[in-house]
Amino acid sequence: MNIHEYQAKAILRNFDVPVPDGHVVYNSNSARDWARRLGDGPWAVKAQIHAGGRGKGGGVKIAKTADEVKQFARDMFGMTLVTHQTGPEGKIVKRVLVEKGSNIADEYYVSFLVDRATGKVTLMASAEGGMDIEEVAANTPEKLFFEVVDPVAGLTAFQARKVAFKLGFGTAQVKQAVPLLMNLYKAFVDTDCSLLEINPLIQTAEGDLLCLDAKLNFDENALFRHERIRDLRDYDEEDPMEIEASQYDLSYIALDGNIGCMVNGAGLAMATMDIIKYYDGAPANFLDVGGGATIERVTEAFKIILSDAKVEGILVNIFGGIMKCDVIATGVIKAAKQVGVKVPLVVRLEGTNVDLGKKMLAESGLNIVSAEGMTDAAEKIVKAVNIKGEMQTTLHAVANLHAPGVDSMLSSEKHSINE
Amino acid sequence: MSLLIDKNTKVITQGITGATGLFHAQGARDYGTLMVGGVTPGKGGTQVDGFPIFNTVEEAVKATGATASVIYVPPIGCADAIMEAVDAGIELVICITEGVPVLDMVKVKKYMEGKNCRLIGPNCPGVITPGACKIGIMPGYIHKPGPVGVVSRSGTLTYEAVWQLTSRGIGQSTCVGIGGDPVNGTSHLEVLKMFEEDPETKSVIMIGEIGGDAEEQAAEFVRDHMTKPVAAFIAGATAPPGKRMGHAGAIISGGKGDAASKKSFLRECGISVADSPAEMAEALLKVWAP
Repeated sequence: MNIHEYQAKAILRNFDVPVPDGHVVYNSNSARDWARRLGDGPWAVKAQIHAGGRGKGGGVKIAKTADEVKQFARDMFGMTLVTHQTGPEGKIVKRVLVEKGSNIADEYYVSFLVDRATGKVTLMASAEGGMDIEEVAANTPEKLFFEVVDPVAGLTAFQARKVAFKLGFGTAQVKQAVPLLMNLYKAFVDTDCSLLEINPLIQTAEGDLLCLDAKLNFDENALFRHERIRDLRDYDEEDPMEIEASQYDLSYIALDGNIGCMVNGAGLAMATMDIIKYYDGAPANFLDVGGGATIERVTEAFKIILSDAKVEGILVNIFGGIMKCDVIATGVIKAAKQVGVKVPLVVRLEGTNVDLGKKMLAESGLNIVSAEGMTDAAEKIVKAVNIKGEMQTTLHAVANLHAPGVDSMLSSEKHSINE
Repeated sequence: MSLLIDKNTKVITQGITGATGLFHAQGARDYGTLMVGGVTPGKGGTQVDGFPIFNTVEEAVKATGATASVIYVPPIGCADAIMEAVDAGIELVICITEGVPVLDMVKVKKYMEGKNCRLIGPNCPGVITPGACKIGIMPGYIHKPGPVGVVSRSGTLTYEAVWQLTSRGIGQSTCVGIGGDPVNGTSHLEVLKMFEEDPETKSVIMIGEIGGDAEEQAAEFVRDHMTKPVAAFIAGATAPPGKRMGHAGAIISGGKGDAASKKSFLRECGISVADSPAEMAEALLKVWAP
């Protein structure tokens, strides 16, 4: 789960991590008011969306007067901010952070994440702050420093010192950096982060360390023990269908294709998308109905898939383990009847109670194509969608011919279509 | 001798009084596994469907002589359940539960250092040696005793591979689902090492996913040390970068761990890689004859 920069900074402030004074605002007048309350300028005016690269898209401005703060905020509210992380559709700015400006002398990079290889939290730091860290890792890996954290000891003072000296800090800054890094680690662990990233960490002209930006991602699996963090979720930043799906414990991700997928298990769901692509089709979504899916969940899964206007066919691929095939079949039939599935539906079932499931589908009176194995399933759905597409193309072509002035010429064809 | 488990392995179920735990304890017992009891704190001394229940794993081990435990307890108590099993001297812990917080697993990994215990999972289907012992949630009937080892992060994709083998008349030595979480007990590499040493196993299918470099590490072992033929499939070729596909592991970031680079590295290491998930068995048969 992601949160906004201003929320991340509020959390870090609670862990005694130095962040600039600032306040989130929802309109331009209060942007100006808050600027005045924060003291003398300059101020930073920062659009709050869940994506990086905001500066290049016009989402971060430095204002010299309070009126300028208001002006910049007014420009930002309602703007669609497109960055390399938002996708081409961009995100609409609804919240703006007004912050006291800082005199930046140097920029650094610091992050914490769980390293899969060691199974431990790792501190990553670089003196190349403000840059895209993937580029630093790719081009100048020697400029990245790592410390693996022992889960019992936590990030120790000596580890924090090692990193601080490697970053080239003077003695005064090392004294600030050690508690800063240890507090960041504490914040990471206490809030169950999956990523904590400070880019940049700055040294001001006055010699103080300050986290100028902050990105916190949280482990969804741990949100049950962090009610206050759960409340920070901004649903405006998330795909409405993904939210809808999550309410039924369905894992759903929208994609660009036209073949809807309903699969049990994340691995098989990915593999199903892969095999559709392999047979020159395009998956419309990733959807994992999970192991213990109920009829209700399967029904909702169908509704969600069908609410995507791009979907021209659906492939259901279920290999039953926990989930029995007759449960899937019941859900498919119920949902198909309830929602009214008008697109081709190919179902491949395998596993517990498979024969019962197939029998139920066959006797449902619905237009369901049964498939044996994944190749058969993929070929059938891709073919079904293509045929449908070709038919539409033909109809469009004829409809296009049907222009004013040629009506009489085409009346016979028009008639034949209507038949 | 097979991998990790055999027909003499005594197994307890942690979380046996939950619907899922009981359903699969019964399923494993029906398959022939020695399911000797279960643990649910506060229900010790009672029975459920013939399974004796104990309050603690320690009591269960003393009374039953169990050496393996399978865990179905909810995520909130899962790390504690694993550590309790380790403490009680259980040698093999298989954690089926999905949704365990990552930092809980970081603690568990640290706790297990130096202990004589292997953890499989969490978020996994379990382990099966067909015809002898089934611990987990996989449908038993799709399996058949035989020479192929299967290792995978994904549950249902493992069933897919197994079914492709069985329907061609080829059986499996042991199938190990290691789980899809970023921090788990046992890696692809460790399972490959066991398959290489296991006389019952003649060849291997390895199923991986995008993200991380666990498959690459396993491939290096295949290249440098493995004498048995290996086939593989990598799921997630169509996954968009930066998106999480159910398994936390399945995230691509910055071009590292994408399907294309994984597949080409595996091929360089002499692994027969299937481009389609429907061709895992065929990919194996290209490099190995039963």
